[in-house]
Parts: sequence; structure tokens; C-alpha cells
Amino acid sequence: MNPIAFPFATLPRTGTADTTPIPPLQDSDRKPLTKKDVSADHPTWCPGCGDFSVLALYFKLIERRRMHHEKITTVAGIGCSSRFPYFVQAHGVHFIHGRALPFASGVSLSRPDLQVCVFGGDGDAFSIGGNHFTHTARKNIKLTYVVMDNQVYGLTKNQTSPTSPVGYKSKTDAWGSGDRPINPVKQAIAAGATFVARTSHTNPNHVLEMMEKAMDHDGFAFIQCLSECVEFFPGAFDASNPRKGGKFETVAPEHDVTDEYAAYRLADTEWPGKFGVFYQKPRTTKNDYEAKIIADHQAKVVGLKPHQILQKNFDRMK
Amino acid sequence: MSDAAVAPASGAGQTQVSKINEAIIRIAGNSQDGIQAIGGFLARLAGRSEQEVMTFMTIPSTISGGPSIFQVRIGSGEVLSAGDEADMLLCFYQHSYEGHVNSLKLGGIVLYDSDHVTPKPEWQDNYRHVGVPISSLTVEAIGGTGRDKGKNLYSLGLLAKIYALDVVKLKRLIAERFGGKDPSVLNNANACFDAGHGHSLENLLKSYQFFTPEAKLGTQVVMNGNEAIAYGLIAAGVRFGAGYPITPWSDIMELLRKELPKYGGTFIQCEDEIASVSMALGGSWGGRVAVTGSSGPGISLKTEAIGWASMAEMPLVVIDVQRGGPSTGMPTNVEQSDLNIAAFGGHGDSPRVVLAPSSVEDCFYTAIEAVNIARKFGTPVFLLSDQGIASRIEAFPMPDLEKVCQDISPDLAAVADHKPYDLAATDGVTRHLAPGTRVASGKYPVVTGLEHDELGHPTGSPKMHLAMTAKRRTKLKKLASELPVPKIYGPSEGHVLLVGWGSSEGPIREAVDKARSLGEPFSSLHIKYINPLPNGLEEIFKGFHKIYVVELNDEGLYGYGQLGAVLRARFSDPRIQGITKVDGLTWKVKEILDRARALASRK
Repeated sequence: MNPIAFPFATLPRTGTADTTPIPPLQDSDRKPLTKKDVSADHPTWCPGCGDFSVLALYFKLIERRRMHHEKITTVAGIGCSSRFPYFVQAHGVHFIHGRALPFASGVSLSRPDLQVCVFGGDGDAFSIGGNHFTHTARKNIKLTYVVMDNQVYGLTKNQTSPTSPVGYKSKTDAWGSGDRPINPVKQAIAAGATFVARTSHTNPNHVLEMMEKAMDHDGFAFIQCLSECVEFFPGAFDASNPRKGGKFETVAPEHDVTDEYAAYRLADTEWPGKFGVFYQKPRTTKNDYEAKIIADHQAKVVGLKPHQILQKNFDRMK
Repeated sequence: MSDAAVAPASGAGQTQVSKINEAIIRIAGNSQDGIQAIGGFLARLAGRSEQEVMTFMTIPSTISGGPSIFQVRIGSGEVLSAGDEADMLLCFYQHSYEGHVNSLKLGGIVLYDSDHVTPKPEWQDNYRHVGVPISSLTVEAIGGTGRDKGKNLYSLGLLAKIYALDVVKLKRLIAERFGGKDPSVLNNANACFDAGHGHSLENLLKSYQFFTPEAKLGTQVVMNGNEAIAYGLIAAGVRFGAGYPITPWSDIMELLRKELPKYGGTFIQCEDEIASVSMALGGSWGGRVAVTGSSGPGISLKTEAIGWASMAEMPLVVIDVQRGGPSTGMPTNVEQSDLNIAAFGGHGDSPRVVLAPSSVEDCFYTAIEAVNIARKFGTPVFLLSDQGIASRIEAFPMPDLEKVCQDISPDLAAVADHKPYDLAATDGVTRHLAPGTRVASGKYPVVTGLEHDELGHPTGSPKMHLAMTAKRRTKLKKLASELPVPKIYGPSEGHVLLVGWGSSEGPIREAVDKARSLGEPFSSLHIKYINPLPNGLEEIFKGFHKIYVVELNDEGLYGYGQLGAVLRARFSDPRIQGITKVDGLTWKVKEILDRARALASRK
């Protein structure tokens, strides 16, 4: 009797859609993707939400980088901003609250051929997913993480978030929040992120510039993007918006982005703070580290098929 | 030690030799004494001698120290369990002696370290006591280092003498174990073994010799359940996984971490249980079924993400090496109390698959099945092992690895179009396109935990939620229809049918054998596919007056264990009753029989 009731089978594509295999597309036949090609559902965000601009700039990034449609992978957790993957016409994942980073890490580590971008909000990143933020940064997993920070829980309609300023009045802190807010840039630097940048939805060119730099970075690239919640925390970022009488101050050119302590001090600049790349210092990525381990191990079993490698172990257990 | 025939002493000065079918040896000491190593050597030797073997061990959950035992049962015939009562107790300390003398059968042998153990006069009549100053003779054998570190090997030498074990094979095993290290280590190991083997028992004990087993087994391989699961996953083609350390699951992740790179894969240690299930799901979405696993509280932490996998229809293998619960519970004790969380854990209706291997060999093949079911049906699959199987060493026929090993690399060939949650798909079965697959229509899939339409986009439509819930249910009903009906052990008609699952198959079958030998009409049925259940069990149940579900968990508020309650709910059959216990120990054959008889005699 075959001890396996469910033997291996080559599994066909499922469903009624026309899944006939088609020949691969040559690079020379590819046209750059347009916004029309990569936009999917109309966003469910409130009119005026800062997240619209991040989405539009992601489309622009895809277009500019002439990314291959099938290689774009968009991963998100839960929150207003985490609805992102539904609005992008590409392979997408809408995962559970706070865990987009470990999911995306699994994709990045097992599929190095893909461009992995993770989008989410401040609650996802720094509250329920705080531990994962620290460890994904520490492991330096190759992916881009854009946190659309609106300093409030919007999807659940106005509760205090981990980045809400002291005194912020929400439904859970009617008399004003008393908890010291997290400083995402300091958090990222301390955790070991190798690329840390800050931008705001009100400055599209700057957002795009940061996204491009993040995408070019080999390792965990983190962008804190201020993104206003017009419904529950309107005017939160006016101080950084010249059109509202604020100042958008970029990081000075002489700032040494490889100086961790300088970056940390810069992140402590009084509100609304600075914008630009605070820290960037390459370090071996988890992806490269694992790839080296694999290469070293495979060098010892060159020419052997998997069953032959396994047989060696089994022979030792005879 | 069922003495089959007592051979006459073959000559002057020779000890008497008895031929035996099997022996159950319990070794009791502390966890740092290396008694697992003695047991391991005996088990491996049995495997290489085409004998059947099964072991049972307990380890304290402390880092070092604490009482520990290892029981090994070696037989020339079929060995189903680690045995109820031992033929021999090898004890190193007074507490090992006093704590385990009751595990011996009447007339059994206490072989004790007379440097540490003072025999009790009141036990002298019931058991044969043989004292050997094991500690001091070990120190003497390795000369001057003043430590008794090698007393396990000294004892192995003693046992080899008593049971006329194959010394050449044993020494080869010792050389394999210690050969890689500093040569003095192997020299000392051999010196200890030789001293023990050469020790004269001065006719205190006769010697025993196993009957030559029928040469039917062919090449055997010896390993424990955790190793079998890890190697099964590798054979199945799994190349990515993630986990977090917890006893007794950790061995599996350690082995996968060490082995997978040879196959081009990797296993990641994560910051927590939630990250590890999430990362494994990321790997699965990448196109190749990935694995995560845990024990006890770790499984609780993973349940939200497993619910996502049900909703998103993402394949995943979750290994649950069960231990005593709830909460931190009894980390190093055996219990089968995770059936409910595996089958029903999490909020909402989230159907998933649960499989439970019954032996070490079954662990290997079930791991492969888990992968194949997850792939084919796009679903999370639990593999429920337990502490009893995880550390149990068994010998089983060498698998045909060339046949068994599979390639489950993702298919990235471009397609014209695709619907990730196509409602018109046969039996509700759909499989995802791996990212990197081009879809010429330009319509790309989203996988999601929100209720969704056929393309994976969110919907709050009542019609869609009904249809998608039915889809997720229907595909598992399809799986149920493909599952093999379990084979009954014993006649298909009788008074009592014992139903079990997981590691208790051996003692349940032994209970059936024993009852049958006494004329009691017992049979048994072992259920491997727990959720969904295979179709056709009711036909089997028809042949019996009583159906007792034997499991290592609590009887619960309504008097049934966890599988018992599922079977009651499924079949509404009042003949189904529970035989359960939660003492943290595996079943003894006698316990099962006594409980079943008591239940059967009740009106």
C-alpha cells in the first residue's frame, strides 16, 4: 500500500477564466505601464485624504522605473492606508493588522526576484506591529516600507494612535492624550534600519524622490510620510505646509547620513521637524546573508539531487 | 521479558542463557547523565539488527538536572508501544530507584549503582536486585579524571553483556557518535563500554538472548517523530519556513534551519509566533507551500493568521507538537488537547484541515500529505503531533526517497486571465497564481482577509459572503470524499470499538490484542484525518455495541474528550463515549483495558 494517500500531482490552473498559458513577453515588447494600467479600485479614502497623493506617486514610480507589471507586489496590513493593495492593479496582499512586515519578509526572502513594497499606517507600524517593525529593521530585510502617518486611528473613527501628540483629543482620550508619542525616525534608527527618510504628502516631488531613493536602497528602507486625516485630525501637519503658512524644511546637504547619532539628533528637531533622508548606511541584508548560507551549503552537495542529499542523512540513521 | 525457552547452561563456568522475544528496559537517572544516549544506542542497534524498537522518555523542563527516564522496548516480534511494565530498571540514584521500582513487573531486575543506591529490604522479595558500583568503576575505567561522566556507556556495556547484544555493531555506533571529536573522547567512551561489558556479574544474573527476528524488515532507519516530520517536509519539497522556539516544537525548526540550505531553502527564526506564521504565509504566497509550527501557547498566538489563511485560501502547513495545556501548562508532558484549536481555533467560520500521524514513520509520510493537501486545496493544514511521538525513537523501513521526494516549485508561466476566487471552479477548489506570474488581461489578483469578490476585491454583499463561505466549505467536503476510510484493527464486528488518534495507536492496538486473547470482542479504529473526517465511519461503527474514544485530554463539561465530542456532533450516536485522561503520561495498555471494561459493564 502506498503510505501516501495524497500523492504529488502537477496541479493545473483553476477556474473558468481563460488560463491558457501564453508565451513570455520580451522586454523589447513591453511598454511602460501607465497610471491606467496600474490603477484598480477607486480608493475608499475620504476626499482630501493625504493617502491619495502617496498612491498617485507610487503609480508614477512604477511608470518611471518601467517596472514589470507582474513583479510589483504590494503588501499591507489593516487601516485606512492599508487598503492600498486594492487600488493597485498588481499582485497584492491585504493581510492582518500589524503583520504586513513579517508577511512581506516571507515574500522578500523566498522570492528575491520581486519588488516588495509595504504600505500602512502608524497604528499598524508602531502599535500592534511595533515588534515586527523593530525586527524587520534589525534583520535588514530587503523591502520598502512607507508608513502613512496621520497620527490618528481613522478607520475605526478617531481613537488615539501611537504617534498622536500629547493633548490630542480623541474618542479614547476625550480630555487629551497623555502618552508620549513615538518618534518613528528615532525608532527606526534605534532598531537598525539602514535607510530612514521622512516626507509629507503635501510635497509630491519630495515624496517621489524619497520613494526612488528607498527603492534603490539595498535593504530595509523606511519612509515616514505625513499624511493628513482630513476627517479626524485636519490641520495636523499645517506647520510643515507652506500653503498653510508652515515651513517644509529639508535635511541640510551637509548632514552626514551615515552618522547614526547625527541622524538621531536631527530626528529630535522641534515640530514639524525636517524632511529628507536622515540615515542611510548599507549593511548586509538578511536576503544576502541567507543566500550566502545557501551557497555555502549547496557547494557541499554539488550535483546531488534532493533525494540523494536526503539519502545521506537517512544512511547515517540506519 | 517473556522467557520463551530456558536453554541449559552450555558449559561449566558459563552463565545461563534464556531466549527472549522482547525486553523492556527503563533507565532512570538525572537529565545530565546521558541516559538518552544509552537509550538512543539501544534503539539504533535494534534498528540495525532488524528488531522492532520503541522508546519513551521524559525530560524535565529545567535546563540542567532533574530526574529523567528513558524506556526502551526491543523485540523480535511486532512492538506497538513502549510497554506498560519494565523487565529491568537501571537506576543511578536512590530517587531513581524509589521512584521507578513500581514500573517493574513482579520478578523484574533492579540493576543499581551501589555507589548511590541502598536497596530496600521490603522490595527484595518482589524484584531481583543486582548492585554494581557503576560510578566508581567508571572512574576507574577512564583513569584519574575523577568524573563519572562515562557511566552511561559503562552501563551500556553492562546491558550489552546481560542481553548478549551485538558488540561489534554497538561499537560502530559509538564510533559514529564520538568519532568526530577529540580522539580521547572516543577512547574514553570505548574504555567505559569495555569495562562495563567486561564486568563479571558472577552468576548473579543469567544472560538473555533475543530470538533472531524474521528477516522481513529490510533496511531500517531509526529516528524520532520530530526528525521524521522535518525530513518529511523536506521530501515534500518545502523550502521555506519560519518559527519561534518553544518545547517540544523547537527540534523541528532547528533541524530545518540546519538542513534546508542544502536544498536551496531557508528557515527563519522570528521575533514571535505571530511573525513566524505571517512570514510562512508570505513564503506560501510566494508560490511554494511553507511551514510554521509551535506547541502549546504558540498555537494560540498563531490563530488569527491561520484564520486569514482560511479566508484568503492560502496553503500553509502548521505543525503542532502538542503538550500539556492550557497556558504554559506542562511543557514536557504529553497531551492531545489541541484538537479543538486546530480544527476550530479562531473567530468566524474558518474551515481548515487537521491530520494526526500515529507513529514516527507516519510522521514522515503525513508531513508529505499535509503539503500535498495544502497545495491542492489552497488551505491551511494542521499536523497534530504530540510530545509522545516527538521524542519517541522508532525504527521503520527505509523510505524509497527517490520516489517520495517531490518538486513543488511554483509555476510562473504567464496566463491570459485569472480569478483567484472563481465561484464557478469545480468543487470550490481554486489555487493562487504566484506573484511574478504575468496576467495578460491586466487584471491582477489580490489575496485578502476581507470578504471578497472573485477577483479578491472587498465586498459587503450578503450574496457574496454566502457564496464564498460555501466555497470554502465545499472544497473541504470534496477533500473528505477523497480521504481513505481508516482500516479497522481486528474483526469488523464485536462488542467494543476503541477509537483513537495520534500517538496512542500502539497501546490501543495492544489493548485490543490482549482483550481478544482473553475472548473479549474488541477492535480498534485509528483516525488520522481528523478534520474533515473521512466519509463512511458510520458503516464501521455499525458493527459494534460500544464505541469508546480513547484520548489524552479532559472529558470536558459533557463527558467526552475532544475527538469524542466531534464524533458525537457528527454522528449523534449515543454509543459514542469517552475514555480520557490528563496525567501527562502516555496510555498504559492496562489503563485502556480497565477503563473500557468498566465502561462496558455499566448499564
